[in-house]
Amino acid sequence: MDHIILITIISLSLLALVSAVILYFIAQRFKVYEDPRIDEVQAVLPAANCGGCGYAGCRSLAEALVNAETFDGLYCPVGGAEVMAGAAKILGKEAPVVDPQVAVLLCNGTPENRPRTSNYTGASDCRISNSLYIGESDCSYGCLGFGDCVKACTFGAMTIDPLTGLPVIIDDNCVACGACVKACPRNIIELRKKAKKERKIYVACSNCDKGGPARRACKVACIACSKCVKVCEFGAITIENNLAYIDAKKCTFCRKCVTECPTNSIIELNFAPRKPKVEVQTETVN
Amino acid sequence: MLKTFPIGGIHPPEHKLTANQPISYLPVPASVTIPVSQHLGAPATVIVAKGDYVRTGQVIATSKGFVSANIHSSVSGKVSKIDTIIDSSGYKQTAVYIDVEGDEWIESINKSSEILTEIKLSPEEITKRCLETGIVGLGGATFPTYIKLTIPAGKKCNLLIINGVECEPYLTSDHRLMLEKGEEILIGVSILMKALKVERAMIGIEENKPDAIDHLTKLASSFKGITVHALKVKYPQGAEKQLIKALINREVPSGHLPLDVGAVVQNVGTAFAVYEAVQKNKPLFERVVTITGNGLAKPGNFVVRIGTPVSDLIEAAGGMPGDTGKIISGGPMMGKALRNADVPVVKGMSGLVVMPLEESERLEVQPCIRCAKCCTVCPLNLEPYLLMKLAEKGLFEKAEEERITDCMECGSCSYCCPSDRPLLDYIRLGKSTVIKMARERNTK
Repeated sequence: MDHIILITIISLSLLALVSAVILYFIAQRFKVYEDPRIDEVQAVLPAANCGGCGYAGCRSLAEALVNAETFDGLYCPVGGAEVMAGAAKILGKEAPVVDPQVAVLLCNGTPENRPRTSNYTGASDCRISNSLYIGESDCSYGCLGFGDCVKACTFGAMTIDPLTGLPVIIDDNCVACGACVKACPRNIIELRKKAKKERKIYVACSNCDKGGPARRACKVACIACSKCVKVCEFGAITIENNLAYIDAKKCTFCRKCVTECPTNSIIELNFAPRKPKVEVQTETVN
Repeated sequence: MLKTFPIGGIHPPEHKLTANQPISYLPVPASVTIPVSQHLGAPATVIVAKGDYVRTGQVIATSKGFVSANIHSSVSGKVSKIDTIIDSSGYKQTAVYIDVEGDEWIESINKSSEILTEIKLSPEEITKRCLETGIVGLGGATFPTYIKLTIPAGKKCNLLIINGVECEPYLTSDHRLMLEKGEEILIGVSILMKALKVERAMIGIEENKPDAIDHLTKLASSFKGITVHALKVKYPQGAEKQLIKALINREVPSGHLPLDVGAVVQNVGTAFAVYEAVQKNKPLFERVVTITGNGLAKPGNFVVRIGTPVSDLIEAAGGMPGDTGKIISGGPMMGKALRNADVPVVKGMSGLVVMPLEESERLEVQPCIRCAKCCTVCPLNLEPYLLMKLAEKGLFEKAEEERITDCMECGSCSYCCPSDRPLLDYIRLGKSTVIKMARERNTK
């Protein structure tokens, strides 16, 4: 009886020893060297794996950061300056200063502003609706409202407002990863520079048609009248393809264009209510 | 045993309400809107200006590039404006608006009803005439006919197939045309045979049109090389590749054209248009349109000028029923719902189906139960449930490997799905994305 147990122990131990030796040499032969800093950098990154940086996931970005000479073009929008400074500290490089951004929807085509002229009953998917025809309204540029952007957002920063049928961006949750920008088949979501107190001024329209057709399709369409361009003292507004665009870097939030716009297509958000003008009051009294 | 294609296919209810309604002429409308892109390929270039007086049959837009077609005025009158329009495709495009004054045709058109049997033109002249008169495939795909008649060097065509299948439910325009203009169609077929330099032509007709089969068989006995073949009723037999398989048992390989198996397929409507173009010098400015639907008072088959508003046609058929849910351009299987009734009739519009709301509504989408019905009915042996999933998830490379571009969008899968899943919707999305991807790859 005893010798059977003994033989078993010895033979298995020998087998284990031989296997261990083989495994050791194989491990040495096929060893892949990985920079230990990749793991360190990855630990700093937010592990959201959203792809907002342009890489497949956080590890890919960590690899890119370790291998890159400088941090030019490499930026984690989710982590922002803090995370980038952390990564820079590990790698002994300098982190770039990038303005934080937030997504905005360049369309204000609510059912009141933009009447629906047809009824789409196909698959509830913006890409399909966009590939079939110009959409439920007469505007071939505006929001389709089936929420491809909401489905793409992994941070819970977007919802569809049931009243307007348009997506709403929750600024606190938005990390400007750009997933919604890529998901939108009509390219009407823009990442804009974040301002103090979440203030925003932008042209909420993407219609590149001439004034007449644009206005007929939607009450708040930009008709490219160029009034805003003239009133802007800072040269922040340009008109291209029958559409005004406000450069967030040049805009000083003076709000002159907002009052000037005849179709109310320029939107101001998160400002304190305007003080009633004194002249206007005197006029009404007289 | 009648011939048919072996793989897949379905039998939707036929609803051929207008099969016994003779073709009548719709009066010339008060104004027409003629889009410049009524064919596959590049839009034509407008050559008239606002205020110009045009006559019926006059060229108003010339073809641009190889795949394109001329557009002719379908009425006489003044060009009121050149503007954009949302046409039956659902997209914006340029269109010529003409206010009708009288009906003055250009002199070169032979307006007599006499049947001219003698083919005087040479093959090259026939092809040139098809280009000049703006003839496109009238089955619905609107591929310019002259390109099909130009055989590229190194390829050989030995058979002309004429498509008289009309497998779509409701539509009867080809059926009526075969009954009423049989002789003209056969002369048209002879013209096409001459242009293609082939000795043989086969006309395929489904057995649900016995009168048309009898009529054409009788007439064809006096034409050399033309035979008429009855086919079993099965959708989508009117698709080129399925028709070739059914008639001559040759399979067009994936990604190839019928010409690669030595055949050219033309629709009977196209054959008739070719007859009128070659023998009567008449450009393609009117076509037979079936206007049908269970709710219509007077459904029928009409010869309609291109550019006539769809609402005029519906008026002629007894007015728009109150419970209309959709107006479909083409058949209910492959057709496309119109945005409104103001869109103009175009060259590719073989029929209009006015659907009541109840019939046209989509049912709620249920989860896939893996019954594989879609795989059974797919005439191209694809796996629609898989293609839909891949397109939905954006896995377009994988969809390309699964041959999504082979899909001809017949809609058999969506039709038979017990869970009412939008299979074709997603496959179409995947297909267009894959085609775009392939084009970008090729241009790199």
